[in-house]
Amino acid sequence: MSRQASGLRAWVFQRVTAILLLLYFPYLILSLAFSPPANYAAWVAWLSQPLVGMGFLIFVGALLLHAWVGVRDAIIDYVHPITARVTALTLLALGLIGCGLWALKVVILAG
Amino acid sequence: MTTHPKRPFFLNLLVIRLPVAGVMSIGHRISGVTLVFTIPYFIHLLALSLASPADFDAVSQTIAGWPFKAFLFLFLWALMHHFLAGIRYLMLDIDVGIEKPLYRQTAWGVLAGGPVLALILLGALS
Repeated sequence: MSRQASGLRAWVFQRVTAILLLLYFPYLILSLAFSPPANYAAWVAWLSQPLVGMGFLIFVGALLLHAWVGVRDAIIDYVHPITARVTALTLLALGLIGCGLWALKVVILAG
Repeated sequence: MTTHPKRPFFLNLLVIRLPVAGVMSIGHRISGVTLVFTIPYFIHLLALSLASPADFDAVSQTIAGWPFKAFLFLFLWALMHHFLAGIRYLMLDIDVGIEKPLYRQTAWGVLAGGPVLALILLGALS
């Protein structure tokens, strides 16, 4: 894939995930604000519902992809020496993948 | 593009008078990078809250305390700034609000709306 196409793909990813996050964040914050879990059992029961758990994992995926494109842009803008740049991008990728696997484990254990 | 061998290089952030849309824009980037660093903390809280009834109570206690509320306000401010600025960018992508007085007004709106929405949400979540 050409460099231009790769940049265009990142641009599209950033906007598609932005729209998913624009829809999900209000849902999540308003859910927690207006029906906070009364106790542990209610909290586990809420997240164990397939739609809630799946929705949450799709949200986490969109969030991590959005974070990857955004922080990658910032690193490319400010970190110029190639070794430092590759190191920063590698740490970012590992950190985000780690967060994704962690969230996956949490949701699977809850369900 | 012509490159000038002696083009001016002037990046003193204390002297540059960044236009309001520029302040809003760098705020979008700063808030975005900051928000990414909160992701592991929130997954940690989620994991802990689901671990056992005692851990759930511990998390409830943590999030009721004022240090967490202060953190939550800053988090919500960053999130709402990023959110509003993001909506503004998506609108600009489809040529909405790109005209001269409006793009400045919406930049002011984003800057002011962030902390206001953060306070409202903080109140709703408390």
